[in-house]
Amino acid sequence: MAITLHNEAAIVGIGQTAFSKNSGVSELALAAEAVKNCLDDAGLDPVEVDGLSTFTLDSTDEVELARAVGLGDLHMFAKINYGGGAAVGLIQQAAMAVATGVCKYVVVWRAMNGRSGQRMGQGVSGEIISSDLIHWSWYMSHGMLTPASWVALIASNYMAEYGAGSEHLAEIAIAQRNYALNNPVAAGFGKPLTMDDYMNAKMISEPLRLYDCCQETDGGVALLITTPERARDLRQKPAIVRAVTQASTRGQEQMTSFYRDDLNSLPEMELAARRVYEMSGLSADDIDASCLYDAFTPEVLMQLESFGFCGRGEAKDFVQEGALRIDGRLPNNTHGGLLSEAYIHGVNNIAEGVRLIRGTSTSQPPKPINHALVSSGVGVPTGALILGADD
Amino acid sequence: MKPGRIKPPMGHDNAWWWQQAAEDKLAIQRCSGCQVLRHPPRPMCDRCRSMEWDFIIAKGEAKVISFTVLHHPKFPGYSYPLPIVLAELAEGTRYIAELIDCDVERITRGMRLQVTTQTDDDGFKIPVFRPATGSE
Ligand SMILES: [Zn+2]
Repeated sequence: MAITLHNEAAIVGIGQTAFSKNSGVSELALAAEAVKNCLDDAGLDPVEVDGLSTFTLDSTDEVELARAVGLGDLHMFAKINYGGGAAVGLIQQAAMAVATGVCKYVVVWRAMNGRSGQRMGQGVSGEIISSDLIHWSWYMSHGMLTPASWVALIASNYMAEYGAGSEHLAEIAIAQRNYALNNPVAAGFGKPLTMDDYMNAKMISEPLRLYDCCQETDGGVALLITTPERARDLRQKPAIVRAVTQASTRGQEQMTSFYRDDLNSLPEMELAARRVYEMSGLSADDIDASCLYDAFTPEVLMQLESFGFCGRGEAKDFVQEGALRIDGRLPNNTHGGLLSEAYIHGVNNIAEGVRLIRGTSTSQPPKPINHALVSSGVGVPTGALILGADD
Repeated sequence: MKPGRIKPPMGHDNAWWWQQAAEDKLAIQRCSGCQVLRHPPRPMCDRCRSMEWDFIIAKGEAKVISFTVLHHPKFPGYSYPLPIVLAELAEGTRYIAELIDCDVERITRGMRLQVTTQTDDDGFKIPVFRPATGSE
């Protein structure tokens, strides 16, 4: 029998730490606290957990986490590459493990001192010769050391081609800040963002200004995945995995896919979209809300086209009509997202997708949310996830 | 001496390219199996899977496909604002590099460029772009 990942798994626990600019504790401590809070949320004894998955970038070792939290025998542990591109991949690992019976309860996490420790925004460097480092060297030597600089080179071309301007990027940043105003744990809580604030903020890498770029955050988020059957015995209303996939396409580079014929689209995100729509039997019309990976505002514009919410080049009009706002067609990142809640590499966006299905977002849209779409990092090997309510 | 730019790590797959750069040349790898040009260099041709290759030297003519101007953060060894262009070389491959000798306000898509060598205070050489003569 062919196994698909349609309705084979559910996310049934969410745990997180406080989000801050200086946690004052180790990344292992953040991971342990997030996992403990996640298991408490679900009502599961830690000794029942038998699978773990996280990012290759995560510094916490699986057995150190297991010892700290008091987990039981482990049947699966797996780390996934490509920064924020890993986020949804964790759910795919977990879903495969529970669907096949390899594991009963899988915890996934990302914990990072992303501001007080190693900062993504400070770029890359290193001495070890690997295929990856040689890749970065084509950009590093010219001074292109940060994610903002790599994204800007793609965004600049997209925006020129389709006539998108700063006002469209601002609409995304401000819509998400308005959500963060309701979210007490968000970096943007109590900090309104006006169009003037946006336009007058410092330029980072043209056309990206400060508020086009995500937070740098210390914190951790963990999620518990099991089968829908087991989920029904736990404390929370499960968010069923309707479909999940990873995606990378021909000519893919990590953040610098500058050599493909078409520079105005995200082929890997289009692949992710095709896969999750096929697996779930759903289409863009069925998606009620989204948590599109938002390290930088132009990535949201481009993904709206990848997932078919509008046509090529039309995302600027889609957002200008207010589609991403709470009463719009597609409320997006209702927790504030990476831009205005926290940068936990997109795992916090998955947590918000679960809350939207539970009906517990601090900015829960007034309409029913039957299906929520979540994506992984943009410009890297990536993935997508559709969550739905238990029938 | 002011701090120099970040040096590329040099391994089997890329050191030869930087050796050409040190001689003021912009090299483009060429597959010996199907003659396709490719950049950045790789050990295998993704079309015919040949692991044999040589290279040609670019004429140095190019045009801007996309560009950005870096403002923040500022790293030692680079001067800001720092314009970076994604350019298509006359030979058809693309190359990403700094643009020198050009007011950032004047950069446009389609602008014609010429490859030149930037030599740092420490002697390190890297191919960069400047506006093509007559393009200003
Ligand atoms: Zn070939």
